[in-house]
Amino acid sequence: MALLEIKNLKAHFHTRKGVVKAVNGISYSLNPGETLGIVGESGSGKSVSQLSYLRLLPSPPLRIPEGEVLYRGENILTMSDDKLRALRGNKISMIFQEPMTSLNPYLTIGSQLIEPLVIHSKLSKKVAWKEACEALNRVGIPEAEKAMKVYPHEFSGGMRQRVMIAMALTTRPEVLIADEPTTALDVTVQAQILEILKTIQKETQMAIILITHDLGVIAGISDKVVVMYAGRVFEEAPVDTLFENSEHPYTRALLKSTPRIDISQEKIPVIGGTIPDLSQLKTGCPFYERCDYRKDICQAEFPKVRKVSSVHESFCHVENFK
Amino acid sequence: MGLKYILRRLLTMIPVFFLVVTVVFFMIRFAPGGPFSAEKKVSPQVLKNLEAKYHMDEPLIQQYFRYLGDLSRFDLGPSFKHSNRTVNEIIGEALPVSMELGLISLCWALLIGITAGGLAALKPNTPYDYIPMSLSIMGICLPTFVIGPVLVLVFGLWFNWLPVAGWNSWQDRLLPSLTLGFAYAAYISRLTRGGFMEIRHQDFIRTARAKGLTEGQILIKHALRGGILPVISYLGPALAGIITGALVTETIFNIPGLGRFFIESALNRDYTVVMATSLLYFSLIFLCNFLVDIVYVILDPRVKYE
Ligand SMILES: Nc1ncnc2c1ncn2[C@@H]1O[C@H](COP(=O)(O)OP(=O)(O)O)[C@@H](O)[C@H]1O
Ligand SMILES: [Mg+2]
Repeated sequence: MALLEIKNLKAHFHTRKGVVKAVNGISYSLNPGETLGIVGESGSGKSVSQLSYLRLLPSPPLRIPEGEVLYRGENILTMSDDKLRALRGNKISMIFQEPMTSLNPYLTIGSQLIEPLVIHSKLSKKVAWKEACEALNRVGIPEAEKAMKVYPHEFSGGMRQRVMIAMALTTRPEVLIADEPTTALDVTVQAQILEILKTIQKETQMAIILITHDLGVIAGISDKVVVMYAGRVFEEAPVDTLFENSEHPYTRALLKSTPRIDISQEKIPVIGGTIPDLSQLKTGCPFYERCDYRKDICQAEFPKVRKVSSVHESFCHVENFK
Repeated sequence: MGLKYILRRLLTMIPVFFLVVTVVFFMIRFAPGGPFSAEKKVSPQVLKNLEAKYHMDEPLIQQYFRYLGDLSRFDLGPSFKHSNRTVNEIIGEALPVSMELGLISLCWALLIGITAGGLAALKPNTPYDYIPMSLSIMGICLPTFVIGPVLVLVFGLWFNWLPVAGWNSWQDRLLPSLTLGFAYAAYISRLTRGGFMEIRHQDFIRTARAKGLTEGQILIKHALRGGILPVISYLGPALAGIITGALVTETIFNIPGLGRFFIESALNRDYTVVMATSLLYFSLIFLCNFLVDIVYVILDPRVKYE
């Protein structure tokens, strides 16, 4: 059984200006110990696809009209608030893009770090404190005892993201959802943070959902990748397959627009056009206007899934467009 | 922030205090009229005796230094108008009354303001939000000398529930303190609402939810501090306003507080009482602001005073 299975999930914002259809029927699953990368341009619904079912978005305006999210076979969407709360920060942990603002500036690192242990593992503050120190050591923060007594503003962005990771890991979660964990950091720190995630994953066998708009980040760490666009899944494939044999025009465009270090490039091509307005989506493929391979049928209906192999799926009317 | 900062702040008070003493001392004496000018039928001989008694026959500068000398021994001198009473006695009686009124008013302001504002922030765009926020606009716009008489009219005269003047029983405290505290409650409710509405959307609140904290835990541990900070920084000006606003309230409700003496002494040129009340007001406002600054630093670790 998959650890986490998302089935036809939709998430819409009912705002005064109309219905923003941020997530429009996505499906994929995550197995224990696996790393799933979710890529796509900014605004394609990556964050909402995770935050929505964890009830971390204000509702209203958010509504989930359809779908199922099964955690070990149990539907999270119909769980009681209390039951879901017992999962959050315990079995399913999250880290966010903004390390500078994701920690409470008014509280010491320590008092924030011990919270999950005190709430979920019911540890005494003293024991939790000790475990939290160890967690800080694991993410490479020296002098943990001292760091525990410090306020977040005394740390750099990279250090704060380490604290966030340590905090998410104290309860030994089965799933870690990392939403652009390295986007706000500079390149060398990015690499360190990814390295920490990899090492810890090897030790603990937790599954990771890594959200990013940067294919370069995905490459080194994921087992499989889901490509999202305008709230839809366009392609799902093992990471190597995706990089070498993508079967979707959008993925290919995305790959071409990613700077590479292994070959020298004069100019990095960008994908022309912009993501469509999510409150004005028409039937058909949302990539239609920007697609180099578009056909008439693309405007009429969204493609059904095409199984390229048992592990490779693509949602595109075009076949063999090489 | 350390002891050094606190000491430095207190030391800066000394020159400012001297400045206030000097300015008020000379201003009140250069103002037309004097403490005895209103008294009719005073023979020149009596006037002379009076002036001699209060050292007013000395050169002004000598009077000034005499005053400073007395002040350094915490002797505020005799009252010019209330014969047989020293200013120390007058202050000793009136100050506790004013302090009590101010403190009760402040408690009302915080209690009503934070409750209403917190409720409004918890249920924005519902009647829990609209009703107190509309009332608060009224509270901010209406001056004390309108609210006071209206409260007197309604609760004192129509319903006959509460006494309308005096300062003896606990019921006497209600109307004046509500009158004085109302505007501040109104303002504090808006600040509280604003503070909490902003905090609710901070990333660290989402982090707290993602960690599995309950809404109650989030409110108390993660939102309260930051949400209350705008109120804390407003407390300095609010206290100053309450201290001076007590002047009007005490007059409306005939309360034997400092305000009455301040107004009366200014009108009567009761030099020593004017000096003493001015200096008291100044010191109170200075100390209140100072306390608020310290509380702010304790609550927000990012703020540092050097
Ligand atoms: N609270 C909200 N109200 C209305 N629209 C929202 C809200 N949050 C996100 N959206 C919209 O949902 C879409 C997807 O956002 P998001 O999932 O954050 O994108 P990504 O993480 O892929 O960059 C965006 O168009 C965004 O404007
Ligand atoms: Mg995002």
